[in-house]
Amino acid sequence: MAADLEDRLKALMLRGQAGDAAAWRELLSLLGGRLRIFFGRRMEAGSPDVEDLVQETLLAVHRRRMTYDPTQPFTAWAHAVARYKLIDHWRRNRIRKHVPLDDVSDWLAEPADDGPAVRADLERLLSVLPEKQRKLVRDVKIEGLSLAEAGRAMGVSEGAAKVSLHRAMKRLTERNGARED
Amino acid sequence: MKTDDLIEALSLDLEPAAPVRPRLAAAAAAGGLVALILVALWLGFRPDLGHGPMPRMFWMKALYTSLLGIAGFACVDRLARPVGSPRRGLVLAAAVFGFLALAGLWQFTQAAPADRMPMLMGASWRVCPRNILALSIPILAIILWLVRSLAPTRLALAGAAAGLLAGGLGATIYGLHCPEHTMAFVAVWYSLGVAATAALGAALGPWALRWR
Repeated sequence: MAADLEDRLKALMLRGQAGDAAAWRELLSLLGGRLRIFFGRRMEAGSPDVEDLVQETLLAVHRRRMTYDPTQPFTAWAHAVARYKLIDHWRRNRIRKHVPLDDVSDWLAEPADDGPAVRADLERLLSVLPEKQRKLVRDVKIEGLSLAEAGRAMGVSEGAAKVSLHRAMKRLTERNGARED
Repeated sequence: MKTDDLIEALSLDLEPAAPVRPRLAAAAAAGGLVALILVALWLGFRPDLGHGPMPRMFWMKALYTSLLGIAGFACVDRLARPVGSPRRGLVLAAAVFGFLALAGLWQFTQAAPADRMPMLMGASWRVCPRNILALSIPILAIILWLVRSLAPTRLALAGAAAGLLAGGLGATIYGLHCPEHTMAFVAVWYSLGVAATAALGAALGPWALRWR
């Protein structure tokens, strides 16, 4: 099956490179369907970026069609173009927004305020921890910073932040367990 | 725009694809011409050029640096495409450099101790790598500009390959000016100039070669 598809796409690509418009239309349509699945799997469901990326990749396939070398498998070439486009898309969005898209949606999913009573409970719970660990738990578990970011804010390495957070969580569990007994 | 409309528009726009290698060769030739003009206007040609047959070492140098340039050409030809390994070009560059380094070392050890340092340093070691880099920069710029319109996916590596091509060609043209005549000198200072151009290409690649 996969070999059949490779042969078919490659034949279309070679005809397209030679200037055959009908073959090119067929190739881009076939490729469009595959790209939609490729990007759809790697992005949030229903994201409008999927169709944008499909179009951008088709455009790149069109403009850069001379870089396909017939001694190479066509699917490997098309996959590499799509992969480049996806990485470029991620990189550009991260630069513009300064945070990965996933983190933003996590924050948005978080309720804005849990109310004063819950906050007081939380403070009481955290008060068993030394100051540094308290800040770390708050940064990572509540504010949603990464370990690397939280570590940087405190001037320690990611590894040190991880160990420290682990100790803090263990201590909280022990205290909590003790009270429930 | 709907994707189907885009596909329709693109297939109406279709022309036969211009192959990569002739375009790369044309870009290298254009860059080489700029470097040649720079030698004519800035450095001057070596005085014995055009007066009878050139010494053997002149051709040795030209052979060494052209082979480095050809290795760079082979690497760029692969790395300007989404898939493809630059292995063959890299093997050629390593073999050519290894051969000249051994020859230079042999020449160095065969010389009388008092002659060794003058042989290695020549009269122009201070300016040789710098001049090769200066002559190669216009070539590098033209190659990068072309490769950007192709489809490189490993940008730093593709930039380094463009630097190897530009450096090899630039050093070959520098040979029209430079009268140095020992293998030890060429193995060290010419190679350094080419390596500097490749390093510059690698540094510029991620920025200069990023395409959309």
